[in-house]
Formats: sequence, C-alpha cells, structure tokens
Amino acid sequence: MRIVRGVRAILLLLSLTLLPLAAWAADLGPALDDLAAGGFEERARAIETLGASGDPRAIVILRALTEGTLEVTGDKRVVIAKDSGAVDPLTGAAVELGGEPERIRVNNRLRGEIEAALARLNLFSPDRAQRLEAARAVLHQPDPAGAPVLEQALAAEKDSGVAEALRLALAATTLQSGDMPAKLKAIATLADSSDPEIRRLLGEVADTADAAEIKAAAAEALRVIAQRNLAIEMAANIFQGVSLGSVLLLAAIGLAITFGVMGVINMAHGEMIMLGAYTTYVVQEAFRAWLPPAWFGLYLIVAVPAGFLTAAIVGAAIERGIIRFLYGRALETLLATWGISLMLQQAVRSLFGAPNKEVSNPAWMTGGFDLAGGFTVTWNRVVIIGFSLAVLGLLTLVLRRTSLGLYIRAVTQNRRMAAVVGIPTGRVDMLTFALGSGIAGMAGVALSQIGNVSPNLGTIYIVDSFMVVVFGGVGNLAGTLAGAMGLGITNKLLEPFAGAVLGKILVLVGIIIFIQFRPRGLFALKGRAVES
Amino acid sequence: MRQWMKTAGLAIAGLGLVSALPAAAADDTIKIGVLHSLSGTMAISETTLKDTVLMLVDDLNKKGGLLGKKVEAVVVDPASDWPLFAEKARELIGKDHVAVVFGCWTSVSRKSVLPVFEELNGLLFYPVQYEGEESSRNVFYTGAAPNQQAIPAVEYLMSKEGGNVKRWVLAGTDYVYPRTTNKILEAFLKSKGVAAEDIMINYTPFGQSDWQTIVADIKKFASAGKKTGVVSTINGDANVPFYKELANQGIKAQDLPVVAFSVGEEELAGIDTKNLVGQLAAWNYFESVKSPENAAFIKQWHAYIKNDKRTTNDPMEATYIGFHMWTQAVLQAGTTDVDAVRQAMIGQKVKAPSGFEAVMNSNHHLSKPVMIGEIQPDGQFDIVWQTKEPIKADAWSKFIPESAKLTADWTFPWVCGNCTEPKYVSYEK
Repeated sequence: MRIVRGVRAILLLLSLTLLPLAAWAADLGPALDDLAAGGFEERARAIETLGASGDPRAIVILRALTEGTLEVTGDKRVVIAKDSGAVDPLTGAAVELGGEPERIRVNNRLRGEIEAALARLNLFSPDRAQRLEAARAVLHQPDPAGAPVLEQALAAEKDSGVAEALRLALAATTLQSGDMPAKLKAIATLADSSDPEIRRLLGEVADTADAAEIKAAAAEALRVIAQRNLAIEMAANIFQGVSLGSVLLLAAIGLAITFGVMGVINMAHGEMIMLGAYTTYVVQEAFRAWLPPAWFGLYLIVAVPAGFLTAAIVGAAIERGIIRFLYGRALETLLATWGISLMLQQAVRSLFGAPNKEVSNPAWMTGGFDLAGGFTVTWNRVVIIGFSLAVLGLLTLVLRRTSLGLYIRAVTQNRRMAAVVGIPTGRVDMLTFALGSGIAGMAGVALSQIGNVSPNLGTIYIVDSFMVVVFGGVGNLAGTLAGAMGLGITNKLLEPFAGAVLGKILVLVGIIIFIQFRPRGLFALKGRAVES
Repeated sequence: MRQWMKTAGLAIAGLGLVSALPAAAADDTIKIGVLHSLSGTMAISETTLKDTVLMLVDDLNKKGGLLGKKVEAVVVDPASDWPLFAEKARELIGKDHVAVVFGCWTSVSRKSVLPVFEELNGLLFYPVQYEGEESSRNVFYTGAAPNQQAIPAVEYLMSKEGGNVKRWVLAGTDYVYPRTTNKILEAFLKSKGVAAEDIMINYTPFGQSDWQTIVADIKKFASAGKKTGVVSTINGDANVPFYKELANQGIKAQDLPVVAFSVGEEELAGIDTKNLVGQLAAWNYFESVKSPENAAFIKQWHAYIKNDKRTTNDPMEATYIGFHMWTQAVLQAGTTDVDAVRQAMIGQKVKAPSGFEAVMNSNHHLSKPVMIGEIQPDGQFDIVWQTKEPIKADAWSKFIPESAKLTADWTFPWVCGNCTEPKYVSYEK
C-alpha cells in the first residue's frame, strides 16, 4: 500500500511539473480568434479552450471577459482595456487602437462557463482563497472530465478546508460518471455536508438516476440533510425575525419619544426617517465628489450624525412653529402633522426629483457569509441589529443619566410641578421633539442601506412604527424593544406558513385583539400620556 | 330619484360636450391631456412620462404644430389616487375638452378611468406593459401585452442560451397585473409540461421591504435538483430591497436568473447594479438599442430634460410611439374628432426607437419586437436576445380558456373588444 502511495506521489509530482510545461506550449491564438469572431457559440468554445489550457495568461483573459474589459477592435484583434490604454492579452504590451473598440459581451450561460474554466485554472493557485473558490465552483458545475485534475489537486492540498471542498467536488463528479458502488460512496460523502448546492445535486440524482438503488440512496441522504437542517432553518427564521425587529425598532424608537413620551400623534415621523435617508444620499455624493475613493466606505459614519442633526433641526422647527400651539388637542395635531408630512414629501420631490436615489452599501456592509446549510447571514443585517441596539442603549443613557433626560422625565410626569421648580418646559418640549426626530433621522441613515431612498420612504414605516409603540406600551423604551422584537419574530415565523400578505394580516388582527385586553400595551407606564 | 339624477348628470355631461365642440374648433390651439401622477407612490415612474409628452408637444410645436394649430398640453396630477384618476379624466374631457389623453401607469388607475372614457367618448393612450385581457373602444394600448413580454421571457429562460430552466418561481406584488400575468404564465408552463410542484407562486404586499424570508425560500426551492428561474412581477419600490437582498445572499444570475417585467433603466438608477450583473428584464425597448431613431430619441430627451444622466425606458418609448401615431392619425383624418381619429389610428406605422416599425392593429394594441436584456454594472441592459420580427399583441390570452374564445377587433364586421362572434354578421343578410 505504501509503495502504491509512493508511486502515486511520484507520478503526481511528475505530472505537476509537466503541467506548466504543457501549458506554455498551448496556443491561445485560436481561442482569441473565436472570441473576436462574434456569436455566443464561438465564445463558449473559446472559454472551453482557455480553461483547458492551464495557461496563467488564460486566467487574465477570462477575468477581463467577466469584468467587461476584454474588447475587440475593428480589425478583429482582442485587447484588454485598462485605465492607461489597451494592452495585448498575450504579451501585455501596449496596443495602439485604430478606432473605438467594442466590448465582448457575455451572457449568463457564458458567465457560468467562465466560472468553471477559471475554477479549473485556479485549482493550483498559491492563494488559499482562490483554491477554495475554485473547488466550490467545480462542485457547482461538476464535469466528469475534470476528475483527474481534482485528484491531483486533492493529493497536493495541505489546507484541510480546501481539501474538504475538493473531496466534495470529487464526489459530485463521481456522481455524474462513476460506477454503482462509487456512486453510492459519493452519495454517502455528500450526505455529510449541508451545502445547499449539494442538496441540489442530490435532488437531481434522486429525480433522474437510472438505478433504483441510487435513487433511494440519494433520497435517503436528502432526508438526513433535511432533518439536520431543521434546527438551522429555525435559527435562520429567528435571525430574520430579530433583524426585522431591529428595523422596526429603529423606525419606532424616535416615535417612542415623540408619541410615547410627549403624547404627540406625529404623522410626520416617517418623513424624519426620509430626511435622514436623503442626508445619507447627500453625504455619499459629497464623498464621491470631493474625497479619494479609498475613503468612500466611511461615508456612512459621517452620515449618522449628519442625519441626526438634519432631522433634529427640522423637528425642532416643526415643534416651535406648529405643534406647541396644539398640545392637548390630539385630533388637530394628527391633521397638522399629516399635512406637514405631505409638505415635506413634496418638498423633497421638488428638490431631488421623483425617481429613487441610489445609495450604495459600503464594502463592509455588502454580501454575507454562509453560516451553515444555506443560512446566509448578511452583513448589512448584522450591522443594523447592532446599530439599533446601540441607539436604544444611547437613548436610555440620555434619558437616565443626563440632566436633559431628567428634565424630560420630570415634564412628562408632572408638567406643572416641573415648571414650578424652574424647568423651562417649553424648551424641554422642543429638545425632546428634536431628540425624537433626530433619532428617526439616524434610523433613516440605516434604512437607506436596505431599502429605497424615495420621497415615499416614510409612509412605508409610519404604520409599523405606531404599531410597535402602541403594542409595546406607550412611553416605555423597554416596551418598544419588546414590541419590535415580538412583532418581527412573530412576522417571520408566520411568513413561511402563511405567506407575506396573510402573515401581515394575522399580525395586525393579533394586535387588535391584544389591545382589547391590554389597552396600554405590553408595559404600561404612568405619566402625562396616560393621564390625558 | 337616483335615476333622475343619473339622467340629469348624463344630460349635463352631454350638453358640456356639445357646447365644447364649437369652442374647441374655433380656438387656434389643440388641447391634449396628460394624466400622470406627479405626487404619491407612482410619481417615481409617472413623472418621467409627463416630461416625455411635454417634450413631444414642444417638438411638434417647433415643427409648426398640428393642422396649422398650436398644441397645448393640459397637465393634471391624479396623485397616485385611483378614484382621483377618474375625476381628473372627467375634468380633462368635460371641462378642458382635450382631444386626447396620454396617461395612467398602474392597471388599477386604467380600470378606474375606463368608464369615464367610454361614457364621454374620450381617447386614452396607455403606454405601459400590462396584463392584457382588455380592449376598449376608447383606449389605445402602446405597452406590451403578456405575449409580447412575459411569454417570450419564459421561453428564453427555457432555452439553452437562457439556462434550461425547469423549475419556476413566480414572485409578484399582490394586485391585478401580477395575478393575471401569473395566471397566464402558470397555464403556459403547464402546457409546456412543467409539473405543479415545480412552480412556486409568491405574492407580497405593495412596498414590501423585508425580503429575507422570501429570498431564503427561493434559495431553498432552487436547491431541489432542477435549474430554477424567478419570474418577477414585483412592482415599484419593492424592487430595490428585493435586489439588495438577492445580492447580499450571494445569488448570482448564472445560478438563479431573475427576469423582471417592471424593472427598467429608470428603476435601476436607484440601485447599485454591480452585484446584479446578468439578472434579466424583458421589454420591447432598451436604452442600449443601437438605431438612428434611438440615438435621436436619447439626444432629444437629454436636450429637453437638460441632464445627460437621465435614462430613457420602455414606457417612454411607448409614449413616443403613441404620440406620433396620434399626430399621424389626426393628419390623416384632418380633424381631432375622436371618432374620426380612432378610425384613422388602425394601421398607423411608426419607426420606433427600438429600430423596428411599430404598427397599430385592429385590436387597439401594437406589433412590437420583444427584447431580453441582462443588467450591466453601469445600470444599462445588454440585449442578449430579441425577436427577428415585431410580435402582434394578443388582447386576450390564448392560455386562459375563457379568454381564448374572445376576439378584439374594432373593424367591420366585428367592431368589438370582447366578442365571441362578429357584431354585424347579420347585417349582410
């Protein structure tokens, strides 16, 4: 056995050293001609040739093709476009262009084939991440012809993570071409993994295999995986619930101040969120225009205080200009703030135009990672969950530990007594309203990262915000937290069974019934809001 | 009492119309109505169409107007409020005596104004792709019917080039357009031998902003062994968070293609498209079309709107076609009289920015080419497939049994939008 292994190792070493030699000998010329020729069929053939060549220059060409920088000139020469000018893909030498070159187009089918070709080329890359990506890509599109290369790569692999991925990829290729015992063994190997890609492969086998034995084995493997994934799916649902809850919390937390603490039925709350989102857009454009691209990722950090200030100033102006004359008159406040919300919407529409504005996620907030079995945790959700909790914590600190917080609580609990001991109640009202609005503005900064930035942004969140505050208990931050998380998680647990539309209806009906029994919400509080 | 009021109302409306005619004729301007929302949810899409009509009017007046008269656009704002659409339409026809109205986007708004146009004998040009199953005497539909958009898109995904899709997710917003389109698509897929368990239908409310569960469900549905594709009739604002979630959950177009019927260049302007490259849309026109007509159209638009970054899109092109057909029909009829123009409309041809000749058929729908585009990093579409010839729109889908029997034909002897036999068949005897 040991001898066999030794021989295999020697053979492998030989083949590895031979591989690059063979590669250099390969002629990429015909492939380039195919690329220049036109049709998608020729391009597919060229990609196949490039993938099989083992030539490092092929990697450069294929990358350029996916990135859309591979171009063809009027005289059918293929060049790579760079900022400094066009270069020859084989020699890297600069090329003088006669006319305007045309980009070589790819479609989804070609993109898939490029991915497979790059994977074959990258299996021996010195970079671990690239090897891992390559192994996963092979798993994605298993090709029986690639099996020998995979075996070589597996034997040479030192990293256990990559080796595992290679083993799965190899099993997937065996599934396509091996004999019966090999196939059954491959299924057993695959059943240990929870990768959704493998579920797809096994599903295909369970549906289409010729032999009943293999069909049954694949179905059994699928059952085992599904069972193992139950817990993961539950965890995914809860995570999605918490993440929806954190969005609701962010949207509602400002309202918990203006409506919850001050008792103002503030229909313009959604527009404060919208102002925050538009501030984010303005800050982003400023970063794009004036600062180096490397700093772009930081724009969001600047946008948070900017969003707070913008919304707070507008909020203070609204309170001083209109709301203070309407205290104690709930209906008039409702109508007045609704009017304000329409005016703000139209103002933004006139200023920025009706179409949506593009707010891009900074790099550290895009994408996600696969936690287990197809449960992808996306970064923007993680950041927003953290951010909403941070905002809640900060607000609690302000209310509990600062003199402003003390004043706010005093005015809320007994306005007259507060005035008697010398608290400027008018100013406190203004500051409280500004604080609530500012927090809504900060929420807008966060929400711009997951949704639209349009003049109607606020109207999406206003109903949900009121629901959270009323459900959680007016005037209570802990209640708002519990209300938001409760609604978020219930919504997400219902959605898979009831569907999005019915799920929402069920939640609404649930709240109406709940309010019948506990009109003051989860956590009732004493104070001005309750007395009036 | 109620009957009396109805009669009185009709009489007043009729009087209004009669008294209007000489006034309009004596005037040296031709008034046309623009009925697009400039505020509310739909303002995002409809404002652009208002600007397109104004641009075309401006251009027409520079060329000397129509029938020797200046053309004047009367712009009203129905504010994305469906009943208000009907009210404003009544105002345009009854009070302003416009010769024609360009307007509406959502099917709800069109259904809301339809009785008004039929009652007052107005003329509406509707420029947006829709679910079909309608043909009114008083409406010309210049957007796509399902057989000019949805069916070809699904056929493309079924083809080798589109990825041999075998399993389907039909995701849409919960209202009339997605529901009807999905009904047609479901019948079509089943007629192609797709099993019921390979079709997943999902509806979401307007403005859905949390897509985590649905995208995860789609991923799970796709991991069942067959190549899966998503057909999206998700409308308006809900698209941005949907696409962001797709990108963040790492879904790539080559693995799980999404073809959308309501996402165009204008909508992409609000999305960072770097992670969406390869996702698809089906329309009858893309800004990236290379034709002299399109180059001129884009140049005219940029000059009018004074912003080189503004994109053009399919409903704008449909507005362009409709407007030009109407002016041609008015010239042919020699009058703006609705009955005369309606007769002259059928058979009108316009060389459209899509590079093809659009033709108005006797069912009040167009013949147009169908194109499939893939999203590029710059927010434009690469056209990866298109029909060789313009496709004639079916007002009634042949995949819904009860609709397949109906014929829409406004020429003799049919003169009907939804009949099973010609109206004037007995006339010959």
